[in-house]
Amino acid sequence: MKPTDTSNPEYFHKVVDCQWGCPAHTDVPEYIRLIAQGRFDDAYMVNRESNVFPAILGRVCDRPCEPACRRGRMDEKPVAICRLKRVAADHRGDITDRLPVAPTEKNGKKIALVGAGPASLTVANDLMPLGYECTIFEAQSVAGGLMRYNIPAFRLPIEVLNEEIDYILDMGVEIHYNHRVESMKELLDQGYDAVFVGSGAPRGKELKLPGRYDTENIHIGIDWLESVAFEHIDSIGKRVLIVGVGNTAMDCCRTSLRLGATDVKVMARKPREFFKASVWELEDAEEENVEIVVNHSPKEFVVEEGKLKGMTFELMEYVIENGRILDQDVTGEVFIPCDDVVLAIGQENAFPWIERDLGIEFNPWEEPMVDEVTYEATRKGVFFGGDSAFGPKNIIWAVEHAHQAAISIHRHCHGEPLEDRLPDRMNLQTRKMGMHEWSYSNSFDPAARRKMMHVPLEVRFTELGKEVELGFDAEQTAKEVERCLNCDIQTVFTDSLCIECDACLDICPTQCLTITSNGEREDLVQRLMAPVLEHEQPLFVSHELKQTSRVMVKDENFCIHCGLCAERCPTAAWDMQKSLLEFPQAVDYVRGNESGKRPCQQRKAG
Amino acid sequence: MTYARPRIDLPGQKTNEIGLALHDYEGSLSTLCAGCGHDSITAALVQALWEMSIAPEKLIKMSGIGCSSKTPAYFVHGAHGFNSVHGRMPSVATGALAGNRALIGIGVSGDGDSLSIGFGQFGHVIRRNVNMLYLIENNGVYGLTKGQFSASADAGSTSKRGEVNQMQNINAVATAISMGASFVGRSFSGDREQLVPLIKAAIAHPGCAVLDVISPCVTFNDHQGSTKSYAYVREHRHKAMETDLISPRAEIKASYYAGDTHPVRLHDGSTILLRKVDPDYDPTRRNNALGFLERHRSRGEIVTGLLYIDQNVTDMHTQSRTVRTPLKDLEFERLNPGSEALEKLQLGMK
Ligand SMILES: Cc1cc2nc3c(=O)[nH]c(=O)nc-3n(C[C@H](O)[C@H](O)[C@H](O)COP(=O)(O)OP(=O)(O)OC[C@H]3O[C@@H](n4cnc5c(N)ncnc54)[C@H](O)[C@@H]3O)c2cc1C
Ligand SMILES: Cc1ncc(C[n+]2csc(CCOP(=O)(O)OP(=O)(O)O)c2C)c(N)n1
Ligand code: SF4
Ligand code: SF4
Ligand code: SF4
Ligand SMILES: [Mg+2]
Repeated sequence: MKPTDTSNPEYFHKVVDCQWGCPAHTDVPEYIRLIAQGRFDDAYMVNRESNVFPAILGRVCDRPCEPACRRGRMDEKPVAICRLKRVAADHRGDITDRLPVAPTEKNGKKIALVGAGPASLTVANDLMPLGYECTIFEAQSVAGGLMRYNIPAFRLPIEVLNEEIDYILDMGVEIHYNHRVESMKELLDQGYDAVFVGSGAPRGKELKLPGRYDTENIHIGIDWLESVAFEHIDSIGKRVLIVGVGNTAMDCCRTSLRLGATDVKVMARKPREFFKASVWELEDAEEENVEIVVNHSPKEFVVEEGKLKGMTFELMEYVIENGRILDQDVTGEVFIPCDDVVLAIGQENAFPWIERDLGIEFNPWEEPMVDEVTYEATRKGVFFGGDSAFGPKNIIWAVEHAHQAAISIHRHCHGEPLEDRLPDRMNLQTRKMGMHEWSYSNSFDPAARRKMMHVPLEVRFTELGKEVELGFDAEQTAKEVERCLNCDIQTVFTDSLCIECDACLDICPTQCLTITSNGEREDLVQRLMAPVLEHEQPLFVSHELKQTSRVMVKDENFCIHCGLCAERCPTAAWDMQKSLLEFPQAVDYVRGNESGKRPCQQRKAG
Repeated sequence: MTYARPRIDLPGQKTNEIGLALHDYEGSLSTLCAGCGHDSITAALVQALWEMSIAPEKLIKMSGIGCSSKTPAYFVHGAHGFNSVHGRMPSVATGALAGNRALIGIGVSGDGDSLSIGFGQFGHVIRRNVNMLYLIENNGVYGLTKGQFSASADAGSTSKRGEVNQMQNINAVATAISMGASFVGRSFSGDREQLVPLIKAAIAHPGCAVLDVISPCVTFNDHQGSTKSYAYVREHRHKAMETDLISPRAEIKASYYAGDTHPVRLHDGSTILLRKVDPDYDPTRRNNALGFLERHRSRGEIVTGLLYIDQNVTDMHTQSRTVRTPLKDLEFERLNPGSEALEKLQLGMK
């Protein structure tokens, strides 16, 4: 194999699995260490730099980082990354003086943003400090998008939401509430330098079965949640069926319980392994005694004299192999009585307000054609991001789309090519302090993942907005931070120093290192100390070593970043170095700012 | 900010025939200098003992004094052990294995421990053919006392500070062969592929198996001018032999016999396969072995591999016609027949 080029930031980035898994590349291990040191403000700011909404995301993020987390591979659960984010947010002091500020002198460029969800808010967050004048048009009377009126307050309290949205709006964003944009043409005619569409995916999918329109008691999940959030709806029948088993379904069933339902069933067509909902959301719903019924395919709404009686379902049986359904069979039918049905089977983006003759092209499924790097539509100066771009995703993806779109908007406004993007940057710095001393907590703590405590059931249902999760206490936090393996403290190898004494190979508690003769990958992996289990994770291969022309090979998969290899190396051929990765944002494209100083960048490497 | 080696049992971790993982053959964390060859030998011992599925409680580790003599602490924490005085490991080993012939004995010594202060003891444990692995971690210096030349330092080699060694060296391998050892090998701490099977063969061999393992001292003897440095050994090594140990239960594949390969069947049914790397060599003939060693030494080469084997030399227990049962398992009456029996014995000597 060719020697690994570790100067390419991508190599070490992939080693930090959580950061690689996070769409916005949040520097997870760095903020976990800051929390461990009690530096909550710094931990919050490291988060905010990439994900903009740490307190919100610390509660409701989809957490793609957690399944990625290396700790989960050591036969246990991943680090509770999301919970720790909340710890940073909950315990921060007043950080307002560290937030980005908009200059009083503007750059003369005006940007229109449609919708005030996380996508548009992030674009404003990135562009306001550069002197742009951002104007948001929001159909509702409040900002936040689905974060406000679909994610229930018992998961995401209003105050938390308000605070982080205000950080952005307070920079002087002009926002027009109750202003639904009805015509893109009109908006374009107003002469903005760029338009960003962050209008989300607001249309809930229908289930057109017999009886659908014969009663008032069948609701579309996301519309129903919205009505609950705006207090247009404050009750529901005793027996409720939720159709669908994604995250929306979980919010619908738990909300029903808080509006007076006592018997709530979530009806799933397929077996559990095919559920779309996150594991923790399922667990939380089941903890509240929601029943999840599998292998029931909806057939009919039974309505008698305008009154909903229940639904009939076909009983399904599946032939499943290797996690895939090969065949299915209907084995019978069942009627389940209920008073209300909530449909939670997905949503899509819809753009009735965008005229089709503006040069903004749509594909046959009525989705806008959006560039995956620049987020520009087929019409120059029009950008999409968040759920509006590629259909429903989640908040952290909306944030990342928006960071990228903000860069494009900035390039567009300055007549620069959008495709030319700055490379990611990486800075490596040793963490050696002295004999047996590293400036990070390198010991391996075998502790299990801490469990989030919840408000007792009886208290939970007293108030619609009562937050269920209590957050980690000091003791839980102290334990959980130590579970992080510090994957950003990289093992950096200098081949010219190695005398091939094998000390590192022998000390490594997970046998990730091997010195062997070079060869093709398939051949090389046969000769490693431990079998390669994760083929996605790249192998490190050094240049030829001086004495025997063999190579040092490292399988990054099980490295616990304990630093023992560096500790035992007599020549310091291995060193433990923190990789500080920087992902360019709009501010880095400002001329004269190549040094990379960001208005909110006050992190100190810990 | 700690320096402790955690035990991590990974998913899919392999276990040996008696259900133990490699970790179960480890000992406490080494306190030797980082990069010391002795640590590599420790790792090779761990590997070999694990592969042979030796139950930790069946093993006794013994040593004298020196960095090398500290290493028994670093493997198989569940085994028995005795850390004796300088150069006296052979006496302790002889006693221990005389008392309990069921134990698997491993003595770890240094070039100072065996060829300087313990030279006399070294000769006699070989003569008695005590059934054990006698492993010398040979670095050419007294490591523990800061790097004085040891008896194995080559004449003309220089110390770290530049003095030239004037005395002739004692060649552990040639000495052992000429003293009648039944199994003699040499290897290098930096070549685990050669070392692990050699250790296994040595443990399986029914008698005193001497392994002289060149083991660079990174701190005092890894400089230019040393003939025991990593670089020097790698440059001057001459592999005479590769070894494999095939357990009694394993089938012997035809492919093992490819090339110039000879099986040596042991009494317990296992087989040592000798694959000649150098065709000009026969490890079953003493004069051939000694001549071969001398020829290569004069060319400045370090010969490695299994250099001499004779599994028909009688071992200590056969020589002394001792009881088959380990003494600890003998009934008290047999172990201590009483004063009457003693008197009878003494009368017979009158
Ligand atoms: C029930 C539910 C629960 C969810 N839970 C989670 C969760 O726990 N974690 C997570 O990460 N994600 C969750 N999501 C997804 C997440 O909320 C969205 O992916 C995210 O909010 C998308 O952000 P956005 O900015 O693209 O759009 P949105 O948040 O949808 O915001 C779009 C905004 O645009 C406004 N708007 C739309 N059209 C116009 C127009 N023509 N003129 C003016 N304004 C307009 C809307 O009123 C809205 O305020 C959930 C979604 C649902 C439905
Ligand atoms: C009776 C006695 N004499 C001298 C010493 C001092 N001493 C300790 S270790 C050692 C030499 C050890 O050399 P070697 O056996 O080669 O081991 P190494 O440290 O090189 O591995 C000496 C002379 C001692 N401990 N006891
Ligand atoms: S152990 Fe820590 S750094 Fe490593 S992937 Fe998990 S959270 Fe990230
Ligand atoms: S830091 Fe070094 S010793 Fe520790 S697990 Fe990783 S490679 Fe092995
Ligand atoms: S410990 Fe250092 S010198 Fe020894 S093999 Fe490892 S990297 Fe090379
Ligand atoms: Mg020595």
